[in-house]
Amino acid sequence: MRAKKLTAVAGGAFLAAMSGAQAQDSEITLCWAAWDPANALVELSKDFTASTGIGMNFEFVPWTNFADRFLNELNSGGKLCDLMIGDSQWIGGGATYGHYVQLNEFFDQEGISMDDFLPATVYAYSTWPKGTPNYYALPAMGDALGWVYRKDWFSRPELREAFKAEYGRDLGVPSNWQELKETATFFQGREIDGETRYGAAIYTERGSEGITMGVTAALYPWGFKYENAPGSYDMEGAVNSAASVEGLEFYKSLYDCCSPPGHSDAYMVANLDAYKSGQVAMQMNWFAFFPGIAKDEVVGGDVSGFFVNPGQNIEASTLGGQGISVVAYSDKKDLALEYLKWFAQPDVQAKWWALGGYSCHQSVLGDPGFAETAPFAADFLKAMSGVQDFWQEPIYAELLLAMQQRVHDYVVAGKGTAQEALDKLIEDWTISFEDDGKL
Amino acid sequence: MSASAQKPGQATPLGKFLAGSAVVLYALVAMIPLIWILATGFKSPPDSISYPPKVFFEPTLEGYVNLFTTRSRQTPEYIESLGPPKSWYEELVRKRNMVISGPSRFADRYWNSIVIGFGSTFLAVFLGTLAAYGFSRFRVPLKDDLLFFILSTRMMPPVAVAIPIFLMFRQLGLSDTAAGMILLYTAVNLSLSVWLLKGFVDEIPREYEEAAVVDGYSRLQAFWKVVLPQMRAGIAATAIFCLIFAWNEYAFALLLTSGTAQTAPPFIPIIIGEGGLDWPAVAAGTTLFLLPVVVFTVLLRNQLLRGITFGAVRK
Amino acid sequence: MPDEAQRARRALTVSNRIASKLRGLSDTAIAWIFIGPTILLLLAINIFPLLWTIYLSFTNYRANQPGRPVRWIGTRNYERLLGSEDIWGYLQATAHFVIWTMIFQIVIGFGLALLINRNFRGASFWTTIILIPMMLSPAVVGTFWTYIYQPQTGIFSYIVDFFAGTGALDMIGSVALAPWSIIIVDTWMWTPYIMLLCLAGLRSIPDYLYEAAEIDRANALQRFWYITLPRVLPFLMLAVLFRGIENFKMFDLVVELTSGGPGSTTELASINLKREAFEKWRTGYSSAFAIILFVTIFGLGNIYVKVLNKVKS
Repeated sequence: MRAKKLTAVAGGAFLAAMSGAQAQDSEITLCWAAWDPANALVELSKDFTASTGIGMNFEFVPWTNFADRFLNELNSGGKLCDLMIGDSQWIGGGATYGHYVQLNEFFDQEGISMDDFLPATVYAYSTWPKGTPNYYALPAMGDALGWVYRKDWFSRPELREAFKAEYGRDLGVPSNWQELKETATFFQGREIDGETRYGAAIYTERGSEGITMGVTAALYPWGFKYENAPGSYDMEGAVNSAASVEGLEFYKSLYDCCSPPGHSDAYMVANLDAYKSGQVAMQMNWFAFFPGIAKDEVVGGDVSGFFVNPGQNIEASTLGGQGISVVAYSDKKDLALEYLKWFAQPDVQAKWWALGGYSCHQSVLGDPGFAETAPFAADFLKAMSGVQDFWQEPIYAELLLAMQQRVHDYVVAGKGTAQEALDKLIEDWTISFEDDGKL
Repeated sequence: MSASAQKPGQATPLGKFLAGSAVVLYALVAMIPLIWILATGFKSPPDSISYPPKVFFEPTLEGYVNLFTTRSRQTPEYIESLGPPKSWYEELVRKRNMVISGPSRFADRYWNSIVIGFGSTFLAVFLGTLAAYGFSRFRVPLKDDLLFFILSTRMMPPVAVAIPIFLMFRQLGLSDTAAGMILLYTAVNLSLSVWLLKGFVDEIPREYEEAAVVDGYSRLQAFWKVVLPQMRAGIAATAIFCLIFAWNEYAFALLLTSGTAQTAPPFIPIIIGEGGLDWPAVAAGTTLFLLPVVVFTVLLRNQLLRGITFGAVRK
Repeated sequence: MPDEAQRARRALTVSNRIASKLRGLSDTAIAWIFIGPTILLLLAINIFPLLWTIYLSFTNYRANQPGRPVRWIGTRNYERLLGSEDIWGYLQATAHFVIWTMIFQIVIGFGLALLINRNFRGASFWTTIILIPMMLSPAVVGTFWTYIYQPQTGIFSYIVDFFAGTGALDMIGSVALAPWSIIIVDTWMWTPYIMLLCLAGLRSIPDYLYEAAEIDRANALQRFWYITLPRVLPFLMLAVLFRGIENFKMFDLVVELTSGGPGSTTELASINLKREAFEKWRTGYSSAFAIILFVTIFGLGNIYVKVLNKVKS
């Protein structure tokens, strides 16, 4: 008797599992990274459900697992996500391998014009091949890498005096990487309010894209280029140019001199933790987090200030941000498109910015009062005018992982020299492009 | 085990005391991480990242609330505009300038773990019982080879197995489905269940079946009415081992599921809070996830040896 | 296992005798009905995929590029693998991990078993407590250990510093310490396994052997060397076989702890395989890697079992 009951229970569980796979028809699922803006989007999307009756589900995965998890999902032809806010580098693969729906026809039909969005974001988040009017996403979230600093410490008289005595200039927002390092060195190991503080929290994460995003924030200002001529895949002398080597060496010296202890596998969240717990005077992080920092109950308000990624030989910032795409494998593409249509409206975009998302819409960014709406708004516009992105090739993941390994081996593990790391990187990338038939 | 396991020269009371103290010391040190998990679940996020680590702290349920909700950080004015909090947990969250925007995925993932765990355990034990009986009682050609083949399926690294399975599931539409995961875990658990259960069947004297046959039972009836009831304890132990394996499994779940059928192990590491890795929430999830296994381990302690060696060592 | 085979043979003669008395389905039919489903499932989910992997390992297939023509490229994947410096580095990291975890676990596990075998009061309660870590999910526990290992806020560094005055230890981030950080967690989790098997070995030793040794005036060291060790060795070796294979395949615990870092310091074979197969999507290449790993495990395992059988007899 008991065995029978057990069989029934287990069988029932099995059936429940099978049927559970089919979600309700009037609901769609949006996939994105788990971070502040995503939570703001949940809040924003309540309006969408209220006006259309279409329920919204969300799947959020932290950045360190984001690409890994959702590229796997796309490659397996899964139906989990109807909408995907995929990273800018995915657009090549999304278009080439057929993961994303091309949106041109839909845009024309609904009167959505890409001219209404910031050109840099349209180029980076929506087009493939790059710069052609073939759209696979709607710019959803503008982003670039910037810096946060402890404004309260920077304005303390005793610290300002000590800094001036040491470096002969005022303690303030650094205007280039050299000054950034000096400032970080100044704070490294310093006692403030009875606790030891450190210079700067920078990206060093190994697993996904962390250290590459951090290193490129230094490489781009030094003048690093991926190719000698765009589209040539000719990397010798560009990737490993003298300036590139110098930039990479500088990033390592910054890691060695001025990062907090144990900061060897840190990406966005670890930098936030280090910053919010008062360990560091500065952190590099995406603009996406700045609204949350400004609203934080500890480091919010006047405690924190923001600045654009410093220049060196040129002014440049690492691009972040994503477009929103309709997944080709979805059974509910019509509902997903409905969401895009709703999301592209200027008033929704305005509320998106107000809740903590970075709208790419001209009606928001072009508003004369925009720069005054937040302490980091003006910096955001400045950063977006000088953004550079990693390879957006369909095989970008492979290229990224090679860079992660070579750069982490050099910067964090201290293996070899910067020159060797970049030379090896060219070797890795050459093999990848050969396999892909580009070379 | 015999009570007279004392060896000459080892039985002095002082020797016993010293041995006992050393073992207890080891056990206590080994327990620190687990106690730390339990404690961190009841810390507030700031307490969890304080330096030096806090041993004494004011317990709070924030970690558990964060585990089951997603929250969004908003300005005090925005929060004000929402009206007073409707529950104690909303109040708790608002203290940190946050509003609850919905439930988290933890409960779904936990439920997936239960469904996939029990589903695969049932199938693995069902098929395993039949196969074990078959191997134990019948002349099967190439028996030893087949048994070894069943065992060798465990020698492949899971990541290696996952490559073709990924392609297969994609072709069959089984990616990210509970059915696919149940099938896969069943296959992986079969090696354990066949070997363990065969050991249990071997221990049941054949005379019982012979007697039943003399009484007019058919072979199948003898299996059903005589052998099966005697295997009950063995089946229960095997089932728990299969369940624990499926419950703890990570690599396949990581590589072959993404949401719909994702279990808790790949999910718990990626529980993050608003703006920081939320260790109290991770600890809360870890506690809820580990607790059943700790209970089962205590229940199973006398069968443990047999289970972890695939039945090769029996007490 | 020779006794296994003997028992099976004895069982078979008995079962044939009964079989003649049985009615209904023929024995062969019942046997195949009982065993068939298991074999079929294993063929579908283990053998077929294995064959497919072997085939893929000779191609340039990429699972993320559906439209790309699949070309047979002979042994090029294998050549590239065996000629790669990086792969040897990963295998060395794996060997370092396997060897040191085994050494620590054998020493501590055997020691604990000897102590527990003195049957002090409460021995079985404390044994159960000690066993708990090995039943837990390595990935989930590994995640939490990253918190325990935090140099500033973690208790590991704090406790070690308190007793040894080492200062803040960056267990996961430093190249020197990271390989040991994963060894420590694995040892914490799996020492109980070795302990449990050694305990079984100790309890299988009949008392009269020690009594005889007493008469021969053997000292404690001699007793250990000539009686205890030989009797426990087969159990210990079995434990090392199971754990050695598991650790050679190690993925979940280390992925969550260090994810292979810093640099490639703890990039174990399985972790790199996952990167190649599921992040870079070099399916053909990673299939070749998988086959190499499988052959290595299978080969080493077989040699080991031969030695084990020699020790047993």
